[in-house]
Amino acid sequence: MRTIDNPRPAGGSLLTDPRARAWLFQILAVITVVAFGWYLFHNTQTNLAHRGITSGFGFLENAAGFGISQHLIDYSESDTYGRVFWVGLLNTLLVSVIGIFLATVMGFILGVGRLSSNWLIRQLATLYIEIFRNIPPLLLIFFVYFAVISPLPGPRNSLSLWDAVFVNNRGVQMPAPSAADGFWSFWLALLVALVAVVLLNRWARARRHATGQMFPVFWTSLGLFLAIPWLMTFIAGVPFTWEVPELQRFNIRGGWVVIPELVSIVVALSVYTAAFIGETVRSGIQSVSYGQTEAAASLGLRPGQVLRLVIVPQALRVIVPPLTSQYLNLAKNSSLAAAIGYPDMVSLFAGTVLNQTGQAIETMAITMSVYLAISISISLLMNWYNKRIALIER
Amino acid sequence: MTIHTFKPDLPPPTISIGALGWLRANLFSSWINTLLTLVGLYLLWLIVPPVLEWAIFKADWTGETRADCSREGACWVFIQTRFGQFMYGFYPTELRWRVDAAAWLAIIGAAPLFLRQMPHKLRYGLGYLLVYPLLAYWLLHGGFLGLQTVPTSQWGGLMLTVVIAAVGIAGALPLGILLALGRRSDMPAIRVLCVTFIEFWRGVPLITVLFMSSVMLPLFLPEGMSLDKLLRAMLMVVFFEAAYIAEVVRGGLQAIPKGQYEAAAAMGLGYWRSTLLVILPQALKLVIPGIVNTFIALFKDTSLVIIIGLFDFLNSIKRATADPAWLGMSTEGYVFAALVYWMFCFGMSRYSMRLERKLDTGHKH
Repeated sequence: MRTIDNPRPAGGSLLTDPRARAWLFQILAVITVVAFGWYLFHNTQTNLAHRGITSGFGFLENAAGFGISQHLIDYSESDTYGRVFWVGLLNTLLVSVIGIFLATVMGFILGVGRLSSNWLIRQLATLYIEIFRNIPPLLLIFFVYFAVISPLPGPRNSLSLWDAVFVNNRGVQMPAPSAADGFWSFWLALLVALVAVVLLNRWARARRHATGQMFPVFWTSLGLFLAIPWLMTFIAGVPFTWEVPELQRFNIRGGWVVIPELVSIVVALSVYTAAFIGETVRSGIQSVSYGQTEAAASLGLRPGQVLRLVIVPQALRVIVPPLTSQYLNLAKNSSLAAAIGYPDMVSLFAGTVLNQTGQAIETMAITMSVYLAISISISLLMNWYNKRIALIER
Repeated sequence: MTIHTFKPDLPPPTISIGALGWLRANLFSSWINTLLTLVGLYLLWLIVPPVLEWAIFKADWTGETRADCSREGACWVFIQTRFGQFMYGFYPTELRWRVDAAAWLAIIGAAPLFLRQMPHKLRYGLGYLLVYPLLAYWLLHGGFLGLQTVPTSQWGGLMLTVVIAAVGIAGALPLGILLALGRRSDMPAIRVLCVTFIEFWRGVPLITVLFMSSVMLPLFLPEGMSLDKLLRAMLMVVFFEAAYIAEVVRGGLQAIPKGQYEAAAAMGLGYWRSTLLVILPQALKLVIPGIVNTFIALFKDTSLVIIIGLFDFLNSIKRATADPAWLGMSTEGYVFAALVYWMFCFGMSRYSMRLERKLDTGHKH
């Protein structure tokens, strides 16, 4: 709170002077905190000395000696704890990124659904939101993991989709593309498509500003992204082969394997977070006055265009700040993975590595700094985006 | 001169009034709406009948063991036989009346606070907040005044969840308000301390904090001193949620116009009096929804204590579903758990809405 600067009363003692008291109070507070910190530090030093634990980050060079069920980079048991850190970090990021993507898509559908002119859709969206935001995310994870995935048939009796995608209690197995000769042509095609799409967007925007005519940018872009690589296969041949999972005696081998822990955590977190994002989106859209909708409609825009061109750009300014905190929540909630043994940052580093090495302070410090770093990066990114879309007042 | 007489109004077309009109306006106003309605109805048809059949019509309600369930629907026998464990954990069966007594005392003691005509409400409420925790500790933990000690390692079930949540709420609210005031203080050192505290706790997940409480906290304490596992967890929950409350309250403080501060100062009120009598009552009223949302989050977050091996409600259900005598009851167990958590959280959110309406003085900007 801002107090009003009182001039020091004439003849008053130093004790009744608000400025002197403020100084005294601050000095006392700092001394208390420093003393408490030193006390904790001292205790820790004594405890570590008694237990014979040497502090330091040297242990990161030692061989880990345990296997990890999912690693996005090459990893074997003989690799170091330092490498375990990267495996865990990438697994955490994987959950966060997929979760954020799915939750955003579902959340926007729910938010728009809650404001639909269709009564049934409105009720269904409300029902979804009221159910899922009042249930702990950990419970959802357990439900998906123990009550949905575990009872699925084993690999031998997998549910299969065209004999290519297999769903069973060991997760989901699907065909994986593996690079063959001339894989560069695929990248080239993607690059060409990307350039084409950027140019198309510029041209369409310039045309819209000049003539007011709309161009179906989204569908054309999608078409370009599909057509150019497809045409390239006629010129350079198919640059990759599909590795299809095959049913063997006891298990299914080959292809991409999505482990059940990953499925559970991604499904549960996106279902949970989508409910919150839905509410955020709804309040954002409601913050745009109804006159905007009416004005846009009277200009002859169709309902879809009204939403896309008039409502959403204005609503985003209200949506982005709370959306950021939802993304942060999802990233932090991804640590719940530890409860079902998904090899994320917490369960690998604060769990297994800590147990093996006993380096409690170092592992916890590393784990917490990683989450702090993720939180700060998402905040910065969204702040930058927020600034970009903020209202530019003339 | 002829007098023009108006014809009586015709009734509106039958298609735009009554049930038919409502249907047309709300479900079939355009072809896209019709399509959405049909998709919605199809979804309902896919989900509702099987769920009802499983949960009610084909479910087994009576019995003693797993064999009494036909397994065509839900086996609620499981919940019935394990109900005591879900509610009290490993609390000794013959002492469970103490938990019930504590719960009834909480309800009866708090009831007058909800009566409109109650005089001296504030004084009564403060007294309740001072007396009840001691009474509850005596009943639940015991160890003096003739009650046998029940160590916290035997606490569990819904009772433990509620205890953690109640302590968390009672501790996090005052601490959070203090932190928010500190963050808006004129004293730079206090401000820096509060901002650091708040941002640290908001930046890390609760799981890592609980991990820290179980592996690092013992290292911080002097030799030979050890804190109870439950106490450590509650301490962490209080700090963690206080940081979130602080940010919510800060929003309320920022919304109070400067004139209020100046008016309070002009009345000769010092910092604490103007804060307690003028600023906080208005600021807290503005942020009731945010505070209650944080409490709901806290209640849901209590389920994370499973990580450090406490037997809260969710953990007792998880353990029970892993019991070989009751294999394959995961769905029943978790559906029951979801129902209980949902009732608590939904109840809180509805109560906050009522409170908001009741305290609304019509001064919203």
